[in-house]
Formats: sequence, C-alpha cells, structure tokens
Amino acid sequence: MTTLALPTRRDEGFRYSDVDALAGVWPVTREDITVAAGTSGSLEVVAIDGGTVARHLLITLDAGATFDLRVLNAGPSFGRIEVDVILGEGADFTLGAAQLATGAETVEIVTEVMHAAPDATSKQIIRTVLAGHSTGTYLGRIAVARGADGTDAEQSVRAMLLDRTATANARPELEIYADDVKAAHGCAVGELDAQGLFYLMSRGLTPPQAKRLMLQAFIAEAFAGAPGEEALSEAAVSRLEAIL
Amino acid sequence: MLTINDLHATVADKPILKGLSLQINAGEVHAIMGPNGAGKSTTGYVLGGRPGYEVTGGSVTFQGQDLLELEPHERAALGLFLGFQYPVEIPGVSFVQFLREAANAQRKGRGEEPLSGGEFLKLAREKAGLLRMDMDMLKRPVNVGFSGGEKKRAEMVQMGILDPKLAILDETDSGLDIDALRICGEGINAIMRKPDKAVLLITHYQRLLDYVKPDFVHVLAGGRIIRTGGPELALQLENEGYEAVVA
Repeated sequence: MTTLALPTRRDEGFRYSDVDALAGVWPVTREDITVAAGTSGSLEVVAIDGGTVARHLLITLDAGATFDLRVLNAGPSFGRIEVDVILGEGADFTLGAAQLATGAETVEIVTEVMHAAPDATSKQIIRTVLAGHSTGTYLGRIAVARGADGTDAEQSVRAMLLDRTATANARPELEIYADDVKAAHGCAVGELDAQGLFYLMSRGLTPPQAKRLMLQAFIAEAFAGAPGEEALSEAAVSRLEAIL
Repeated sequence: MLTINDLHATVADKPILKGLSLQINAGEVHAIMGPNGAGKSTTGYVLGGRPGYEVTGGSVTFQGQDLLELEPHERAALGLFLGFQYPVEIPGVSFVQFLREAANAQRKGRGEEPLSGGEFLKLAREKAGLLRMDMDMLKRPVNVGFSGGEKKRAEMVQMGILDPKLAILDETDSGLDIDALRICGEGINAIMRKPDKAVLLITHYQRLLDYVKPDFVHVLAGGRIIRTGGPELALQLENEGYEAVVA
C-alpha cells in the first residue's frame, strides 16, 4: 500500500481491520528488507505491549536467499502485521506466527507472497487463539508468476476460539500462472477438544492449566525451529496465561 | 474410602445408572463386570466428573467428602485416579511436561511442596521401569503414535507417578496382548496393593483378574449391581456367560 489515504473496510486487505485504531498511526511506513543472493536473514516481530501496532514489511529475496520471519501478535488492542514477499529463483521464505487476543482486541496478519521465479519455496504457519469478543484474521495471498515452475508454497492456518463470542477470519488465496507448482493450504477454525481437557483435568490439572497446556501445544508449531524459539514460546505462554 | 449410594445418572438425558450402590474400603480390590451397555464406563466417568454425565440422584462420598461437589482436578488431588479405556492423544504436549505439572498441581492442592525437575524424573523413571516402558516414550507427545497396549501401560505409569488412593481402571485390559496384560497386572499390584489404597477394576473379562485378584466381584446390569461375590463369581461368568448369571 503506497497510498496515503486511510483505508476503509471496503479495501480487501483491511476488511476486518480496526480502521479507527489504524487512523492513529496512519500512514504506516513500509519497511523494506532485501536479502542478497545466497545469504540468509531473519526477523522477529513481537507485539505484546498494548496500544496500536501496525507494521508493513516488504521482503525481497534474491536468488537462493532465505528468510525466517516469526511473529507474535499478542497484546496490542489493534495489531496489524502486513508482509509482502518477493521470492527470487530458489529462494526460501518461512513465516511462523501466533496471534493471541482477548477482550475487544483485533489482531491480523496480511501476507502476499510472490513466487516471481522458479524453484522458490515458501511456508506459512499461522496459529490464532481468540477469547472474549476479539477478532483474529489471516489474509494470505500466494501468487505464482508465469514461468515460476518448481514452486512449492504451503499455508497452514488454524484458529482456536475460546469463546463463542470471538471471531476468526481466514482467507488463504492462490493465484497461479505457472504449470509445475505445489501449493498446499490447510485452514481450520475450532474449539479446544473437550475430551482432551477432561483427560488432563482428571490427572489433576486445573481448568486454566489444562487449557494453557493444550494451547501451548497448538501454537508451538508456529515457533518450531526458530532461532529464538524458546523466548518466543515463553512470551506467548505468559500472554496465554493472562488470557485464560 | 468410597461409598456410592443409590446413584442415578444420565448421559444425553438417557438414564444409564439406576440405583448403583457400592462400598469400597481401603486395602480392597473390587471388580465390576457386566455386559455391554450395562453402565460400566459411565460409572467410571461419573466418578471422574466427566462433563455431560449428569447425576440425577444418590450420593458419592470419597475420603469423607462429597465427591460429586468436586471438579475433576479436585477429585484427582483428593486421590482419585481414572484409567481411561481410550486414553486421549494430545499432540504437542509431552508426557513428562504434563505429568510433572499434574503431579505438582495435585501436591499444591494438598498443600505439599512441588517436586523439582530432578525429583520428578527420578520418580518417572522408577514407575516407567515398573511397567517396562522406555523413558524416551515419556518424552513424546501424550499417547500420540502409541499402540493400544502402550497407551494402557502409559496409563499405569501415570498412576504410579500420581500415587492415588483409589484407582478406577476402565477396561485397562482391553487391547493388551498376553505379555502386556501381565505387565499391567503386576504394575497395578505393585502400585496399588497397599493397605491404604483401593482399586476398582471395570472389565468385561476374567483374564485381568488372574493377575489382580479381586476381593469382591460385582455384576452390573441395567445400571445397578445385581450380584456380588468373590473371585469365583468372575470364573462363573466366564464359564456360563452374563445371560445365565444375570437371569
């Protein structure tokens, strides 16, 4: 988004946004990251301190470059993380994200991953836990350009509703103009397994402990293999404890 | 230790238990046998406090407290252990992490000091050894990828670690091969055959009772105990079938 006009909820990428909150930080300056051919980069975006957080990243990966992005979007009253990625030949991009919200909070991750050249791989794992009247959104578009054969793109999107009053939106999108493409996406919204909770409680865990343990497992995949896996998980768990 | 008096319970508004009464004292092993649909598993779940199992009448006293008033985790802290017929798989949560938290939650509930990581691992290793279970299996996610027999042995390891006063074991023998059956039976004896503990075995078959000798055998049919005897009753059931004995 290069436009300076404040978006409205008619704009596809802002359909579920809190535009009133967004107005307070608009315009959002795009942060451009370029990773040179054959090198690797990583970034952690951790939003846990309340208020409004809006980030917009453009990550360009040259041929053979790799990038590992982890996001913990858990605590702003409005948290929007927008990520555009352009993948060169044979480049590899990983996004692991956990979003946790309660009350009237709104959290969202909006991605557009462009496989511009052949043989690039991308993997996105998004786990969202929502309590109260919160809203959690993932809008993820994968575009595979003409000639970008050998593309392997994966999206795994799951949301857990702790209360029936919370809202999860998930929209994985694929736009493919090449022939030889592997694109897998899974998307599910659910509630905590009652049988699993009873099993854990029958062993002596209190209801919040049992829920926290199951949710911890639910979001673990988002941070698996990250350079800062342990610290990210700890931050997520302490936020989970606050939500429960 | 446990007194069940005229217990009535429904599942999805369907009456399952219709006047169940049972008294279990410390040091005793009881077996409840009965045909499919008699209410055996419901008995276990009602005592464990599973949501959806509604008590509509009667009372249950455990360790001098009204059991039915308590939440599942409070029942556990009071010394009740429910061995599941179908242990639940919980991806992403390791046995070690879960059991240490569970053991310490129970200790906290009783006003005891928590176990340190080292103390817990020592205890877990000892109990796993008792059930001939490799310690590495306890580092894996809870029950995920375990065979039926491994799940049941893992249940017994959990029982050993949590050290309950009363174990209610729902068809612990189903899904076990001959060796695993013996190992589980010996495990139950080693962990629970003590003067201050008691066991309620829920089973279809007599074979587990070869290893864990019951003091009392009860026949459950139509939601009530219709007959009580000693170990010989189990043998009679095995030989003559439920129909003959129930009739």
